[in-house]
Amino acid sequence: MSNPALIANSDSLREAFGKTLSSLGDEFPNVVVLDADIAGGTGVHHFRKSHPERMLQFGIAEQNMMAAAGGLAATGLIPIVTTFAVFCLRAVEQARLSIAYTRRNAKIVASHPGLDVGPDGGSAQALEDLAAFRAIPGMTVISPADPAEMSQATRAILEFEGPVYMRTGRSPSRRIFGDDHVFEIGKGQIVRDGMDVTIVACGVEVARALDAADLLAEEKISARVVNMATIKPIDDALLAKCAAETGCFVTAEDHNIHGGLGSAVAESLAQSTPCPIEFVGVRDQFGASGEPEELAQHYGLTAPFIAQAARDAIARKKKSRKKG
Amino acid sequence: MASTMRSVIEEAPPPAAQDLEKQLALAANFTRKHAIASIYHAGSGHPGGALSCADLLACLFGAELNFWPNAIDEPHRDRFVLSKGHAAPALYAVAAHYGFCDAKAALSLRKLNSKFQGHPHVLDLPWVETSTGSLGQGFSVALGMAMGLKLQQSKARVYAMLGDGELQEGEVWEAAMCAAHHRLDNLCVVIDYNKLQSDNLNSAIMRLEPLAAKWRAFDWAIAEIDGHDIPEILRTFRRAGATHGRPSVVIANTVKGKGVKYMENIPTWHGSVKLSREQAEDALRQLGARGDEIAELLNV
Repeated sequence: MSNPALIANSDSLREAFGKTLSSLGDEFPNVVVLDADIAGGTGVHHFRKSHPERMLQFGIAEQNMMAAAGGLAATGLIPIVTTFAVFCLRAVEQARLSIAYTRRNAKIVASHPGLDVGPDGGSAQALEDLAAFRAIPGMTVISPADPAEMSQATRAILEFEGPVYMRTGRSPSRRIFGDDHVFEIGKGQIVRDGMDVTIVACGVEVARALDAADLLAEEKISARVVNMATIKPIDDALLAKCAAETGCFVTAEDHNIHGGLGSAVAESLAQSTPCPIEFVGVRDQFGASGEPEELAQHYGLTAPFIAQAARDAIARKKKSRKKG
Repeated sequence: MASTMRSVIEEAPPPAAQDLEKQLALAANFTRKHAIASIYHAGSGHPGGALSCADLLACLFGAELNFWPNAIDEPHRDRFVLSKGHAAPALYAVAAHYGFCDAKAALSLRKLNSKFQGHPHVLDLPWVETSTGSLGQGFSVALGMAMGLKLQQSKARVYAMLGDGELQEGEVWEAAMCAAHHRLDNLCVVIDYNKLQSDNLNSAIMRLEPLAAKWRAFDWAIAEIDGHDIPEILRTFRRAGATHGRPSVVIANTVKGKGVKYMENIPTWHGSVKLSREQAEDALRQLGARGDEIAELLNV
């Protein structure tokens, strides 16, 4: 499964991750994959098939797995810790001490983030992981938007030296990028240009942000959409440029509005170019059972909500300019 | 199992064994004195559990570990992880004795800009294998090292020292199950079983017994020894090294505060305590230090 086009057409981010990792296995002989009895769920069953001798089973015991990754990295291997995002939260302190504080070259790849988990319900939907891992010094935090980007990001984190937390995704994912898409850690991209407002999104929300831009275009509102796959370190330069050119923002993420992409964008803009920001995300609540699209609608994450947030941001911008 | 490990016929000690045992006793004594001095200078720290593990540390650094100050990056070195990271003063002292760091510098324990933090940190001290201080994690990291070394066909061994209170962490039993499942016979856990933890006796806080039976049930090779008997410690490590197909655990019965009468078996001296000049001098005298040596350690 080394054909990038085939990988990019995978139906979900976790499948794209698993297939890419498998295809890179020979090129990166130091990679070992750590699993806690959910290889089929995280996508690494592809790696297990291609490189069974480098698949390490830890059983349903994520704390031990996370800290052991630090030890594996200390012997020169590149451990990839794989589990659901919500179970990464269970082992945040192990990631903090035994991976980040020790500056190990270990990667944590979390499937099943956010409401995108769907029917498993609130207990399984990690809406806090970006905040938790972003707060750990030296931790790079990534949430790619589509299978093509996931495939590129998988290579990028293996080439990158240092601890990384990366979200994949459970549900079918819409193709956004072509095979020529270039992912670079720490860089966002303008995926649709516009001048009235900038919508900064990550993960599943990028597709919804593009739909919102279509809705806004019908009202002659020109919305810029930025794919911010790296939440930390955030692309300060791109945000400042968008602030100068559009003057207001919407952030959109499948995560609590506290501590994730929206917070990262607000922190950056507060220090460079303060301007109105509206936050689309889960409003300090837990999730619930339902299909991902139903949940996105229920919690206010779909395109109409992003579009409304954009109108609100533009209104605030106009108001503040009048005052000015 | 204890019985099988104990049933191995004892080898005749090599000719230099008695000299080695004397050297290790001196190293353990230096470790205790230096740990007391550094905790005195720091104004805080954990003396009880530093004194209890000094003989075990001396045997590891002075005899068992294939780990040398001039080759701390050697890929096939043996690894030691102090999972009970709060015994850092003893680790720094024994490491100083064997040339991994400067003894005088280690007296800067717990001070701003010191590389000798309250708990060991690998980015400050490259001879420390991993940063510890959150109980349970050092064991898992050691397990990861043992797994990584085996995957890379290394013959190196990994030792992790755990406190007894530390065994109350759930992660410890995750790691115990995992190491046995993966047959990590290059991994040896040493338990500093001094029977006390921060607030009280283990038995009052959260019972550990039957401890040997727990490890046996997890399918580890076990040995129960006197953690202050240097010849017995050395023999046990040799046998642990010969175990095949299973990880080994050494349950070392120790005395918390060993060597300083007013600390022995008193939970208060777990830490983090401030030692007065008089208390520090008294402790050093009990450990056999004389006037000059006491002055040298305390008047830095």
